Amino acid sequence: MQIPQPVWLLLGLSPLARLIQSGISGGLGANPIEYIIRFSGDWALWLLLISLSISPIARLPGCRGVIRLRRLAGLFCFFYATLHLCSYLVLDKYFDWFDIGRDLRKRPYITVGFSTFLLLLPLAVTSSKGWIKRLGRHWGTLHTLVYPAAILAICHYFLMTKADWRLPALHALLLALLLGWRWRRNIFSPLPG
Amino acid sequence: MPFRWNPELTAMDVTPEIFFQQRRQFIQQSALLGAGVALGGIAPAVSLAEPGEPLTNVQKGVVTLDEPVTPFKDASSYTNFYELGSGKEEPARYGDRLQTDPWHVVIEGEVNRPGRWSLADLLKPHPLEERVYRLRCVEAWSMVIPWIGFPLKGLLERFEPTAKARYVAFETIHDPSRLPGQAQNMLDWPYREGLRLDEALHPLTILAVGMYGRVLPNQNGAPLRLVVPWKYGFKSIKSIVRITLTENQPPTSWNQQAPTEYGFYANVNPAVDHPRWDQSKERRIGEFLRRPTLPFNGYQTQVASLYQGMDLSKNF
Repeated sequence: MQIPQPVWLLLGLSPLARLIQSGISGGLGANPIEYIIRFSGDWALWLLLISLSISPIARLPGCRGVIRLRRLAGLFCFFYATLHLCSYLVLDKYFDWFDIGRDLRKRPYITVGFSTFLLLLPLAVTSSKGWIKRLGRHWGTLHTLVYPAAILAICHYFLMTKADWRLPALHALLLALLLGWRWRRNIFSPLPG
Repeated sequence: MPFRWNPELTAMDVTPEIFFQQRRQFIQQSALLGAGVALGGIAPAVSLAEPGEPLTNVQKGVVTLDEPVTPFKDASSYTNFYELGSGKEEPARYGDRLQTDPWHVVIEGEVNRPGRWSLADLLKPHPLEERVYRLRCVEAWSMVIPWIGFPLKGLLERFEPTAKARYVAFETIHDPSRLPGQAQNMLDWPYREGLRLDEALHPLTILAVGMYGRVLPNQNGAPLRLVVPWKYGFKSIKSIVRITLTENQPPTSWNQQAPTEYGFYANVNPAVDHPRWDQSKERRIGEFLRRPTLPFNGYQTQVASLYQGMDLSKNF
């Protein structure tokens, strides 16, 4: 049985719905801006890891169908990454471009975080059927940018952590497994994917 | 002489509604306590009180501030206390893991009267005062908190520092079997902080046992914590079990963790940048736009003389 696309769409929007609901009910804590930034960043990272899990899962017997969710997961990753970036620009810095520029130059976790977004941007733009057709075989090459983007996202997480490395380390391990699987497969099979 | 900047009464001097409503309860409890003392010589209020209980016999308005006090809910739910977890909300969630009774404090090092004191005996001679201070975290957020405590100076002088004493080192309780954060190797436990002796003796430096009229919640550093309002919050060490007077500058936890980020002095200084956070501005909890950070967190006229001739960008 196939789950219809709108269901996945609603599922992808549900974290945002929860965030809005928390905001209305005063559940964002003492520092709501920080909460929103953390929340959207977490979901962007999780959806990035979910996007990268789809190809390996699709190889499992009877799971081929999940491959059609890869684009949606990737787009939702970009959606939450955009929310993450915008909450920093608007809520945290309130368009203070001087401060934002200084942050970009001086604070490695911001430089790295922003670079991650810049890598995801062309992937989101070229996710449509038209672009897939237009780019042909280059589409796949372009979309390998998701690997450096994921590595940078993990670096961003590590760089903003002060002392408790457990959560960033767990995410790094998950990414290492996902990249390791691809590396192994590339060695044993010459097919791209 | 109490020292104040705002001798006029302000809106902040108004008794909070909750205390007004509970005034009869205060009186009853004071009366009961008085009876207890008369009957059996029970120790003063502090040693009897559980976290969150109202504190009595507090001299109000010793230091006031013309800025709105941060709501208690925010000050008690948004805290850094890695012993109870590295998140902001975890310390409140795991607060009950910290056992504050019985509590002892060791005073040692360069003092003529070293010893190990029960909390009650340690606090007994010190009348409690309410002081409203700004709290500026190195993470660029800030609060305004009505602390209840007493000057550290009075306590240190009781134990007679020797001529060799130049620094004061503090240590937080170490209890990895109970405190979830201490079961992890996040910091080199126990948490340590330190002050130069003249900073420790400054009249703004206090030991706090309460806030918002009540005994400190565990996540805010019960039963005894330091408050140094012109320094970043991590200097104001919580749940103190050891105070050591030393000749040499003591090691301090965050400085050991990342010496390029956290200095020994850690004076609030908008002119000294931090690799992670823009220190020229801060977000006051409850406000949207960041406000400019003041040198020495607004206590420049009181404390700047302590650092005369020092390069504060080197001694950050």
